[in-house]
Amino acid sequence: MNVGIVIVSHSPKIAEGAADMVRQMVGDSVPLAFTGGNPDGGLGTDMAGIMAAIDTAWSDAGVAILVDLGGAETNAEMAVSLLDDARRDRVVVCNAPVVEGAVIAATEASGGSPLDVVCRAAEEIYGAIAP
Amino acid sequence: MDQHASARLLTIVANAVIAEAEPLTALDQAIGDGDHGVNMKRGLEAVMADLPAISAKPLPEMLKSIGMALVMKVGGASGPLYGTLFLELGRALPEKPTRADVAAAFAAAIRGVMARGKSEPGQKTMLDVLVPVQAALADGADPPRLKQVAADAAEATVPMQAIRGRASFLGARSIGHMDPGARSSALMIAALVDALETQA
Repeated sequence: MNVGIVIVSHSPKIAEGAADMVRQMVGDSVPLAFTGGNPDGGLGTDMAGIMAAIDTAWSDAGVAILVDLGGAETNAEMAVSLLDDARRDRVVVCNAPVVEGAVIAATEASGGSPLDVVCRAAEEIYGAIAP
Repeated sequence: MDQHASARLLTIVANAVIAEAEPLTALDQAIGDGDHGVNMKRGLEAVMADLPAISAKPLPEMLKSIGMALVMKVGGASGPLYGTLFLELGRALPEKPTRADVAAAFAAAIRGVMARGKSEPGQKTMLDVLVPVQAALADGADPPRLKQVAADAAEATVPMQAIRGRASFLGARSIGHMDPGARSSALMIAALVDALETQA
């Protein structure tokens, strides 16, 4: 089973759009879920939405979460800490740009790579764009 | 503390922050993403909506419930940060804490916030209020003194440059504004002191 991908953005439109790009790249070969917006639907993040997305994209191979700005990262990490013991160690928040990271991570995941390789592939984007 | 006293305390603290939602958001518009006040309001209103159930719980469980409500409802980084503060206080405090228990639990909760936010004091965050208040508490400061320490500490974030959070994107331009999280922390501490001082 391939690693799942979760996309968390402050913006529901960015989350949905990034997921569309992932789908176009890898089809249905990777479990995928996205969430964006605060509990009132405005810009922000929603803990329940993140937890539901992890559940939707769940894979026994693990789940890689791609986030945009600070609050999304903090909320995603909090969501991971709230998972039960069996799942917590198999979910990673990747330090990568959300759109490019999601596409690269999903491409890597679709080839059957393990979670750490999937996340590292996304994280290498920052190395590639550094001056 | 009985249910009535707990409910009164929570109401005073929550309302103190909710009443300042607009100024907090204005501070956050200056150096953050302009949602701190409205986010804290949403989280604290969720606590208030569940007040009868929350205030009926023993102190540790009450604090954990407040923490989870903030985690689930705030919708910004301050949700996990304030949420962790209350969750860890709930984990560390006994049902009838002594002053030493409160100081120790506060220290443990601050460590939790530091880990959650990957931050430390001096980076223009809520920690710049929480840490000196905890130190004063451990030192035996009386409640009015704690309120003063909190207010002074929030004021002291004005000349700081943000290292963590959205304000860090601004670099040196974050200097000259009070940190919104430091402000909301000071508001809560002041309200808590006022509520305890006026307790029947």
